[in-house]
Amino acid sequence: MKALLVCEYREGKLLETSYELVAFAEKLGAEKAMVLIGSESEAPKVNGTVYLADAGKYGEYNPDVHKKIVLAAIERENPDYVAFVHSSFGWDLAPRVAASLKAAQISEIVDIVDGKFEVGVCNAKLRRTVTPKSGKAVLTIQAGAFSAAAASGAPQLERIEPADGASALEFVGYEPAEKKDVDLTRAEIIVSAGRGVGKKENVPVIAALAKAMGGELGASRPVVDAGWVEHSHQVGTTGQTVSPKLYVACGISGAIQHLAGMKKSDFIVAINKDKDAPIGEVADVLVVADVLQFAPALTAMLQK
Amino acid sequence: MKVLVCIKQVPDMESRFKANSSGNWYDEADLAFRMNEYDEYAVEQAVQLREQLGDAADVTVLSIGPDRVVEALKKALAMGCDRGVHVQDPAVSLKDPWQIASIIATYAKDKGFDLIFTGMQSQDRASAQVGVAVAEQLGYSCATTLVGFSFADGVVTAKRELEGGLKGVVKLRTPALVTCQLGLNVPRYPTLPNIMKAKKKEIQAIPVVDILKEEALAATASVYPPARKGGGIVLEGDLNDMASQLIGILKEKTAVVR
Ligand SMILES: Cc1cc2nc3c(=O)[nH]c(=O)nc-3n(C[C@H](O)[C@H](O)[C@H](O)COP(=O)(O)OP(=O)(O)OC[C@H]3O[C@@H](n4cnc5c(N)ncnc54)[C@H](O)[C@@H]3O)c2cc1C
Ligand SMILES: Nc1ncnc2c1ncn2[C@@H]1O[C@H](COP(=O)(O)O)[C@@H](O)[C@H]1O
Repeated sequence: MKALLVCEYREGKLLETSYELVAFAEKLGAEKAMVLIGSESEAPKVNGTVYLADAGKYGEYNPDVHKKIVLAAIERENPDYVAFVHSSFGWDLAPRVAASLKAAQISEIVDIVDGKFEVGVCNAKLRRTVTPKSGKAVLTIQAGAFSAAAASGAPQLERIEPADGASALEFVGYEPAEKKDVDLTRAEIIVSAGRGVGKKENVPVIAALAKAMGGELGASRPVVDAGWVEHSHQVGTTGQTVSPKLYVACGISGAIQHLAGMKKSDFIVAINKDKDAPIGEVADVLVVADVLQFAPALTAMLQK
Repeated sequence: MKVLVCIKQVPDMESRFKANSSGNWYDEADLAFRMNEYDEYAVEQAVQLREQLGDAADVTVLSIGPDRVVEALKKALAMGCDRGVHVQDPAVSLKDPWQIASIIATYAKDKGFDLIFTGMQSQDRASAQVGVAVAEQLGYSCATTLVGFSFADGVVTAKRELEGGLKGVVKLRTPALVTCQLGLNVPRYPTLPNIMKAKKKEIQAIPVVDILKEEALAATASVYPPARKGGGIVLEGDLNDMASQLIGILKEKTAVVR
């Protein structure tokens, strides 16, 4: 069994998540080869073949061109599986490669169970095992689900080129993240508001709890998208990654993109009216309550 | 300018879920269904484009599923889409993303859509595949995970969301497909007059067998609840009791609450 692992590279750097693919291949028991559209100096430190296409020539991510490069590597390697990390790169490129091969794609794999691929359903409230019916299969793995393998080894580089460099899409450039007015990464206590707080007018209830605890206010993404709280307070994959001594999640369901930003916190309290909310999986204490009633009660008691 | 929006109806994620008796999907009994959150952004963007272009634009909204999905279509029509298409498929949950995409692509193939909007993912299956696979099957250019969209002179300028707040800007020519991410816009609430107007809009029904051409490439082997890691303390009951218990735990277990 062979797996071709597609590395992720951005602005001159190999992304560390590429080593999570190596761990995945090891758990799968597959022989691995990798493909990198990047620079030689950034080649992953692994033993085995690394197909390399030159970043200087093919630039930053362009799905049309990168698809052809991955297809060229697939043609040389003839793998059973082609694996990506489920990221803005992986979920964009994987279905294009799968469609070209007319191969099954299994998205956001969290585990391998009896040789079958396990994924989440309904915000991880259920699990599902999926089996490909095609000869080859394209896989994306959930970021963080397979702990990165050690970077040790010396790759054998093989140069590859896309069939052609034509693209219907033009990459214009990056827009950096907005400037932060709070640095949540330094906070010892973070109290975050989620959509469960209901409306903007209720955010002060959570802010008051944060203040009474001596912490900073954090937020889940919908609360930021709706303009209730500034983006600089957002916790998660598209916000900040935090690991305070205490994290209090108020009315937050615990979607993987939120968990990815806070699950390394030393102690986690969740306040949620849904006892089954996935946040319960990482919470040290789950308070089953209406946060609009519980937060003021807790604030009052802390102030005594 | 012909525009297509693809929407899925999904259960409220705050529901309690259990596997169905065949163990191949969740049990749909007692669930309340609504429009997939990501697709609301897709509908809103299509309607905003329609407002930008005026009567030069025509927006079709399509959903594949059992009869209940007509409710989601009606909402999209009340938000401002011009016409609806209901691909009737009571067994849609057992189709894989490749088949869903092929149904949409077969429908769209000879209709000359300039632009197709989908959500970046569905909240229940979350494969993030259908949109891109439709683009591939139709040979359209495609950008995913949009948090910014503008259109002028046949060119879409799309702001893609990457990780950690970074964004990537790309330009693509029509025909194109884009997948919409949370926060792309603020989806409008249908007003009563628009709900009334929407009642007169046509919803074409197409039996899925008429346009399903592909076999599934993947199959669900089983669906089951996750193994509970447990360990955490669960507090329930009186508010003040819970508050004092929680403070006690925090004093004992963390160094930051005294
Ligand atoms: C590519 C990508 C990137 C993303 N990045 C991020 C990110 O960086 N950060 C992030 O947070 N999300 C991110 N998301 C979104 C994520 O998937 C979820 O949609 C989001 O985290 C949900 O936020 P929430 O928990 O506040 O809301 P919901 O999921 O709607 O949950 C609300 C919760 O509140 C509870 N509740 C409701 N009312 C009450 C009440 N009165 N009292 C107590 N509890 C109540 C409900 O039971 C529910 O559990 C991203 C998604 C994608 C696709
Ligand atoms: N049954 C369906 N009917 C119409 N559109 C769908 C359907 N399923 C998925 N889609 C579209 O494809 C997107 C991605 O879905 P998924 O690949 O399931 O994550 C959704 O946001 C919808 O826009």
